[in-house]
Amino acid sequence: MLAMNYRGPFRVRADQKPYPEILHPNDAIVRVTRSCICGSDLHLYHGLVPDTRVGTTFGHEFIGIVEEIGPSVTKLKVGDNVLVPFNIACGQCAFCKQELYGNCHESNPQATAVGGIFGYSHTAGGFDGGQAEYVRVPYADVGPTIIPADMDPDDAVLLTDVVPTGYQAAEMGGIKKGDTVVVFGAGPVGIMAAKCAWLFGAGRVIIIDHLEYRLEFARNYAQCEAYNFRSLEDPVLFIKKTTDWFGADVCIDAVGGDAAGSAMQTITGRKMMLQAGSATALHWAINSVKKGGIVSIVGVYGPTDNLVPIGNVVNKGITIRANQASVKRLLPRLIEHIQAGRLDPKGIITHRIPLEEVADAYHIFSAKLDNCIKPILIPPTAVFNKGGQTSWKIQ
Amino acid sequence: MENSVNENDYSHIKGWGVDADPTNEPTHPMKKYTGDDHNRINWVRPELQPVTVEVLHSNERPNVTAVFGTVAPPSGLSGAIRRYAFKYSESSYGHWLPLLLADRVNVVEGIFDDFKRGHIPNILAEKGWKAELKHNPKGLAQKVFVTAFVTAAAITWLRRK
Repeated sequence: MLAMNYRGPFRVRADQKPYPEILHPNDAIVRVTRSCICGSDLHLYHGLVPDTRVGTTFGHEFIGIVEEIGPSVTKLKVGDNVLVPFNIACGQCAFCKQELYGNCHESNPQATAVGGIFGYSHTAGGFDGGQAEYVRVPYADVGPTIIPADMDPDDAVLLTDVVPTGYQAAEMGGIKKGDTVVVFGAGPVGIMAAKCAWLFGAGRVIIIDHLEYRLEFARNYAQCEAYNFRSLEDPVLFIKKTTDWFGADVCIDAVGGDAAGSAMQTITGRKMMLQAGSATALHWAINSVKKGGIVSIVGVYGPTDNLVPIGNVVNKGITIRANQASVKRLLPRLIEHIQAGRLDPKGIITHRIPLEEVADAYHIFSAKLDNCIKPILIPPTAVFNKGGQTSWKIQ
Repeated sequence: MENSVNENDYSHIKGWGVDADPTNEPTHPMKKYTGDDHNRINWVRPELQPVTVEVLHSNERPNVTAVFGTVAPPSGLSGAIRRYAFKYSESSYGHWLPLLLADRVNVVEGIFDDFKRGHIPNILAEKGWKAELKHNPKGLAQKVFVTAFVTAAAITWLRRK
């Protein structure tokens, strides 16, 4: 089968790999029909995540059709159209029982700090991901969810990560009606967090980035204010001034370790790797939020250390809330939002690229070429089985 | 004095639990608190995936998890470095820095593996230069010029010596 194959930092290709096998009674094999490249895949692509082994296939945002099921699978059948949350969750451990599906204790032997994630290095379990024609899906009775018949597949694929992560970023902010919410990062997750902040009653939503095309997109898509930190003297000072010298009620870090904006953070975090990525966005979030405010973190950092002003967290009485999105917990509400027209996830897709051209797709997304917001990969076997029609044409 | 473990008997501690407030739950609604954290030993593990390849596991847990990925088991020099790394806990640089080193060694091993399989890697294509040429020809030209200039300067400097 065709699959993305990681060869080293900034090097990937489409390659033939063996068809995946059922390795556990509750496994399923899914034929992938849509797979996204996530902003967090770029951390792997840039070589920032330890234990990213050559030969692995990335991809934790995918949907597909159930091709095979293991003997203990009861909730899925062959031919079901499913969206597969990026978290691999057993549903039985103490964490899963309390709906912390992103923190499962039985899906990742290599690290206790993070649950299993499809195609996200051996630090997240060593599973192959969905940027392939077929993928093995463990715990098939827990994560995979049948796509509602009336749902657009492009909406469905974004429900596997981007929408839940953006929504949870806003939810963790504990937004009260009228709050000023500042989102650092106008990537897909940041844009979705800005959009979702309105659902919680935000009074003002501001997004900060340095790419004009993304800021313009965010202004239109999320109906928020958007500012380029390169044209602001100091983004923290700007937030203070624009909030009557008070600070934002809620700040969201939707960037993680690939942040630009501080030479010191970039050199030590991204170039020399003395930190677990550049912590510029988190630094700004902590310093921009009001005293007693909330900082919500969904940006991905590596597992070691980062330079952040922890003293200011203490002195300002800031609450920090962070987690991988618990996709399964959030899905019912998010499906309601999409069906009611309150969220339009597919609106952020800008590029549809054949899986065969995965190297170009990664480069376009990583180098921010061609006004790219969100690329999706289409495997050659992607055929929508509704009435046997091959309706998912590459556009 | 030895440490004692209380088996749910706190009667000797004056005031135990008088200020406990079940609504003080900052993880809500992320976490639906059920008390399962305190019942962590009495639960049924999922059926275990047979271990058919070498799987390294964090020393912060006693065993491998019920499921795991089997892709790219440790091998060669990078595998030896990874085995060494897993002797250290996730809170140690001894764990993460060797893993990053192993990743870099693994890249070189990957190129040799390609040659062994009779595949000559097209590194420019793997880096997406076709897209760069299409969407950023000026940037590409600049990169080529700078690389050529630096290489020529280095060769000239070395020849002078």
